[in-house]
Amino acid sequence: MILAQFGWMVQGSPMRFRGAVTGLAAALALTLGAPARAQLEIQIVGGGSNQIPIAIAPFEGELAAQVDLSGVVAADLRRSGRFRIVDSPAVLGMSVDAPASDLAGLRGRGIDAAAAGAVRPEGGGRHDVRFRLFDAARGDQLTSGAFGPLAAQLRATAHRIADAIYEKMTGERGVFSTRIAYVVKQGPRFELHVADADGANASAVLISNEPILSPTWSPDGTALAYVSLQSKKPVVYVQRLRERRQIAVANFRGSNSAPAWAPDGNRLAVVLTRDGGSQLFMINADGSGTRRLASSSSIDTEPAFSADGKWLYFTSDRGGSPQIYRMPAEGGESQRLTFEGSYNVSPAVSADGRTLAYITRGGGGQFRLAVLDLETRQVQMITDTQNDESPSFAPNGRMILYATQVGGRGALAAVSVDGRVKQRLSISAAEVREPAWGPFLP
Amino acid sequence: MRLFHSFLAAALALAVAACSSTGGDQPAAPVVDGSASTMAGGNGPAANSSANAPIDVRPGPGANAATELTDPKSVLSRRSVYFNFDEFSVREEFRSTLQAHATWLASHRDARMLIQGNTDERGSREYNIALGQRRAEAMKRTLVLMGAAESQIDAVSLGKEKPRREGHEEADWAENRRGDILYNFGSVKEF
Repeated sequence: MILAQFGWMVQGSPMRFRGAVTGLAAALALTLGAPARAQLEIQIVGGGSNQIPIAIAPFEGELAAQVDLSGVVAADLRRSGRFRIVDSPAVLGMSVDAPASDLAGLRGRGIDAAAAGAVRPEGGGRHDVRFRLFDAARGDQLTSGAFGPLAAQLRATAHRIADAIYEKMTGERGVFSTRIAYVVKQGPRFELHVADADGANASAVLISNEPILSPTWSPDGTALAYVSLQSKKPVVYVQRLRERRQIAVANFRGSNSAPAWAPDGNRLAVVLTRDGGSQLFMINADGSGTRRLASSSSIDTEPAFSADGKWLYFTSDRGGSPQIYRMPAEGGESQRLTFEGSYNVSPAVSADGRTLAYITRGGGGQFRLAVLDLETRQVQMITDTQNDESPSFAPNGRMILYATQVGGRGALAAVSVDGRVKQRLSISAAEVREPAWGPFLP
Repeated sequence: MRLFHSFLAAALALAVAACSSTGGDQPAAPVVDGSASTMAGGNGPAANSSANAPIDVRPGPGANAATELTDPKSVLSRRSVYFNFDEFSVREEFRSTLQAHATWLASHRDARMLIQGNTDERGSREYNIALGQRRAEAMKRTLVLMGAAESQIDAVSLGKEKPRREGHEEADWAENRRGDILYNFGSVKEF
């Protein structure tokens, strides 16, 4: 019986951060009342090269606001693998209103940039949050921002600030404000969870005594499609996250599975067996308008759209073993993409359409995440884990979230596309599986 | 289970209270699907069973036949068919069992059968759903050739999601490469 409520905990972070997160989680556990609040641990097990050294000053007023904004920003940047957080005494007391003359002290401290911020309570439960990012060598302001969040949104504001810093320093969009979905199995109980990208703010959106699999986000991040076996067979459901209702969008004779949202948000690719065999269909998000996409006597499954909606990637055993193919999303000739090995499944495509992530079976029978450069056709194995499953790209294409086994138990892991940055996300005494990284939020 | 339900109720009440009091970015309370109740046929949300309907304990129309289905001495109590690794053809040793089920279905046209295909734990979840489907459909094809009506049988797959044995040895995998037969007839409601 999963009655205990735990707080989320982030490992490998400064003490000030850890304390604040645990306290916040306890408060959230009270307000959200989500069952089975298990303890998620994020471990950073590898770092990138050429990390940008950066100092984050404690935000003025964050102790009174009871949210460790600077700690959340620092943890986000560190977790990306692209930053090294430097605790420099020169920035400890740095003010968000620092005049240029104060910034001279940042020079020669071994940091490229420094950020300062402040949070002040305003009327109506709102807070005034401001931050500035400075070039440490030249003392210039690189970027700044101001926000007016409610107390419950302070943590989200910290992620926005981390996104702004990340984008300014790397030229790429940050994913710290995105969310992830995953399935938690504890004993006979299955829960579909949604959490912030750092594992905080987790809540269950579906609780079942039957397996849940293949969650996938709608392109606007407001809904999930998934497969549940709650009626003794696979049925595809869509659940809007702000409502409690689940809608069976594909509940035909036979099995209904493998939903993939089309980028237009109105349609899903699904696998139906109503006419015999596992075949690809398109269906409207309300369950109307079924249309067959391809016809084969083989297994066709695991559809995944390219971000531009032009291509549909899928797994098929039409060549005698499961391999990854793609076809025009409106139907047409298929093209085989994987040739090495006798078992290549579970395709996922990066947002820029350049990289295909998938699972390949190696000689020793282990299942590993692989990435294929779709231009050069070069294949790379980028994990040191076994029994990898279900890859899912971050919306900026930088990291891949996937399921694996750690110590014989299901856990999630994330790896950068170049294989350098590695993280493990696990929940004690529970299996975590079937991750899906959500889209950028507006 | 009562403790479990009252906990859920309390959790839901808390979550609802949180939503109404903050009105902010709080997610809605989770859907608790109550997996015990089955889905209505066709598309649409789950049908709620009526709490006011009386409980009828009278024997159904197929009471005697139902005994046949559940009697451990009857061949019809054999409900599992096992498959070789990466294969979906029905092995010779299971044909007599399937023939008994086909003959019984042919003489009980109101009966409905659900075949659930299963796989071992290796490989992708969705690809295993497809492999389990092939096994269930192979069993269904055999039953129809032996005299059952196509419309009586739904072939579905649970993939690797509901392993009978949780171990990771070949013996566990062999047990999990399996198709199971469930019946709906009279008082027997297995799905």
